[in-house]
Amino acid sequence: MNRRTTAKTLLAAVVATAFSALTPAFAWEPTKTVEFIVPAGTGGGADQMARLTQSIIAKHNLMKQNMVVVNKGGGAGAEGFLDVKGAKGDPHKIIITLSNLFTTPMATGVPFNWKDLTPVRMLALDQFVLWVNKDNPATTAKDYVEAVKKAGPGKMKMGGTGSKQEDQIITVALEKQSGAKFTYIPYKGGGEVATQLVGKHVDSSVNNPIEAVAQWRAGNLKPLCVFDNERMPYKGKVAGQYSWNDIPTCKEAGVDTDYVMLRGIFMAGGVTPDQVKYYVDLFEKVRQTPEWKEFMERGAFNQTALTGKEYADWVAKAEKLHEGLMKEAGFMAKK
Amino acid sequence: MQEIQSLMGGFAVAMTWFNLALMLAGVTLGVLIGVLPGLGGANGVAILLPLTFTMSQQPGGATSAIILLSCIYWGALFGGAITSILFNIPGEPWSVATTFDGYPLAQKGQAGAALTSAFTSSFIGALVAVILITFISPIIARFALRFGPPEFFSVYLLTFSAFVGMSKGTPFKTIAAMMAGFALAAVGIDTVTGQLRLTFGFTELLKGFDFLIAVIGLFGIGEILLTIEEGLEFRGTKAKLNLRVVLDTWKELPKYWKTSIRSSAVGCMMGIVPGGATPASFMAYGLAKKMSRDGEEFGTGKIEGVVAPETAAHAAGTSALLPMLTLGVPGSPTAAVLLGGLLIWGLQPGPLLFVEKPDFVWGLIASMYLGNIVGLIVVLTCVPLFASILRIPFAIIAPVILVICAIGAYTVHNSIFDVWLMIVFGILGYVFKKLDYPMAPLVLALVLGDRAEDAFRQSMLGPEGSLTVFFANPLVGTITGAALFLLFWPLISRALAIVRGRNGRGG
Repeated sequence: MNRRTTAKTLLAAVVATAFSALTPAFAWEPTKTVEFIVPAGTGGGADQMARLTQSIIAKHNLMKQNMVVVNKGGGAGAEGFLDVKGAKGDPHKIIITLSNLFTTPMATGVPFNWKDLTPVRMLALDQFVLWVNKDNPATTAKDYVEAVKKAGPGKMKMGGTGSKQEDQIITVALEKQSGAKFTYIPYKGGGEVATQLVGKHVDSSVNNPIEAVAQWRAGNLKPLCVFDNERMPYKGKVAGQYSWNDIPTCKEAGVDTDYVMLRGIFMAGGVTPDQVKYYVDLFEKVRQTPEWKEFMERGAFNQTALTGKEYADWVAKAEKLHEGLMKEAGFMAKK
Repeated sequence: MQEIQSLMGGFAVAMTWFNLALMLAGVTLGVLIGVLPGLGGANGVAILLPLTFTMSQQPGGATSAIILLSCIYWGALFGGAITSILFNIPGEPWSVATTFDGYPLAQKGQAGAALTSAFTSSFIGALVAVILITFISPIIARFALRFGPPEFFSVYLLTFSAFVGMSKGTPFKTIAAMMAGFALAAVGIDTVTGQLRLTFGFTELLKGFDFLIAVIGLFGIGEILLTIEEGLEFRGTKAKLNLRVVLDTWKELPKYWKTSIRSSAVGCMMGIVPGGATPASFMAYGLAKKMSRDGEEFGTGKIEGVVAPETAAHAAGTSALLPMLTLGVPGSPTAAVLLGGLLIWGLQPGPLLFVEKPDFVWGLIASMYLGNIVGLIVVLTCVPLFASILRIPFAIIAPVILVICAIGAYTVHNSIFDVWLMIVFGILGYVFKKLDYPMAPLVLALVLGDRAEDAFRQSMLGPEGSLTVFFANPLVGTITGAALFLLFWPLISRALAIVRGRNGRGG
């Protein structure tokens, strides 16, 4: 061991002691297996993130108890959210959210709201990119939207995951901003949408980076713009000489639309601040692992990660935003 | 023959003692998962996925990890047939069609023969699919790209058409059963509008009726109720209990080469497209029944009726990995979980995977050959063991089966409501049997109704939304044409007979 590492270890030990001195001895810890609920099916983005978290926690021994991932995707995720809502005061249940936290109760009228849950922390924000087939003559988002307008309302097809969920909301927002009109075709999964776009069964998609990156690298799809107010920060070459950072924002590209999707953690209602803090810290440790960082870069995630009141405020704002978009699009369930 | 060279390289990667041990462990585990109804291959692989994470960090570890997981999948494909044949309880959705002839065979005392032919056919189906993957994967990948919503709908239509008219009851009973299946399939969220349907405000109905729970109830519980009524015994007690039965069955199997080829073709197509292993098994069974000389006797315990669905299911299950590797689109729920695994391990499925990670891809392909051989050996040596289960008195085995069914139903969604649902389906299955309603159309409609509906409505959404899209290009036109031809075959054959009869009189 060289001197530098020794010094580092020493420092770490000192910091650790200081921390343990600060933390009261009765800090809460799970006393049985923790259920990590995914309000979506196996294999999707949320599922991947949950299973990665589970394996990182196991590999680095971040928790004394086990964690199991349970998929409860019925009713566009309502099954999972209702399960956590019903588990009031149970600290051994956490749930990872997609935008369906907002859209499902609005579109279906199933009675739950994020206020029934306790916000723990934001893990990341998922980006959306406007993709077209490589043979599409459009080179910018502006070109493409003009072409859609020229073709006439409903002539061009936008493929997306699910109905009245994030992909369709972005489509509506894009239509509202540009005046173009798409025919939206809902599919069951993001990978399926990317393939349908390669096969030219739809004209464009708003896939997440991770869903379409393989086809981009193979030269089958091209990205036109990212629906965020800043470019993605990742400068490593992904497809040929291009990096994620080379994709312009939709605002730069002349179709000012933005939308990001929450990947956050919630607990049931009625849990103690101690219990919430445990999970906030746990996920902070997960976020510091190299495996997590690598996953973030591969999926080109926006690594904003809020906790506490800031997180709750963000969620409340996002709910407002969804309510506005859903109302305007006529997606709200009839009361 | 660059492929052969790559494949040999793959064998070099896959054939280490460590990897072979993983294969054995994976297949054995998979067989157990396959035997337990409810705990499907997708769940099994998902549960073990985090374990492989540490493994994948070592050099070459990703290959070992996927070997372990894919072998669980092969094991589950093999294992699904066991309970279908022994107890009429499909361990996996794709082994429903195996019960139609497998269970009657077991009742006749030929459980060993049924199991052997099921396992051997599975192996052959898988082998055909792997050979296809080895040599013509780029062509196949392009073929899969041509499938949009109208093409998918026409494939589902073909499955229905291949299956319609195979039950012996009156057509009205078949239609009634099928409509009940469609109604059950409609419950839950609707993909196209994003609305809830037929849930009547019950949160339990949000997730809809799971195919597996219906099948466990209709087939498993229903059968137990019937057996209780008919006298407390299983009729399979005379089963032969040595490995001779394997050899004897092997002598008989080459007779069914036509069925094997046809079912392999159906399976590969459905796996690649991806339509899935379950519809493939139904379609292959329906086609075999229509085309076989002994078609009329299907359902009474024909070896051929086991060969057809098992070959197709395994061919589809195996070739489902191809779109996952080359397109990044999973061909089955299990492939979806494996896909997540690849991403977590730092691999990117898609067109470039073959170029960038040849070691991984060819190691996996080589392990498909090896894993299936290991699987075949494991399950075949266990045939006498499985068959001897039937010697256990009914009074002892029935409660055990009930418990296994209940656990199976529970594991599908971790919901106790599903256990009650299973019992309701069990009673329904009993009533169906008593009133002579066929259950197969209900099950088929339940598994495909939802997907067929989605595909149909997605086709109708486009600007060209009219029925002509089902004939818009040669591919979809051919499939739709074949489906319509099969659907109206009883009428066509009757018309032909009349024409021929007239000619006969004329001459």
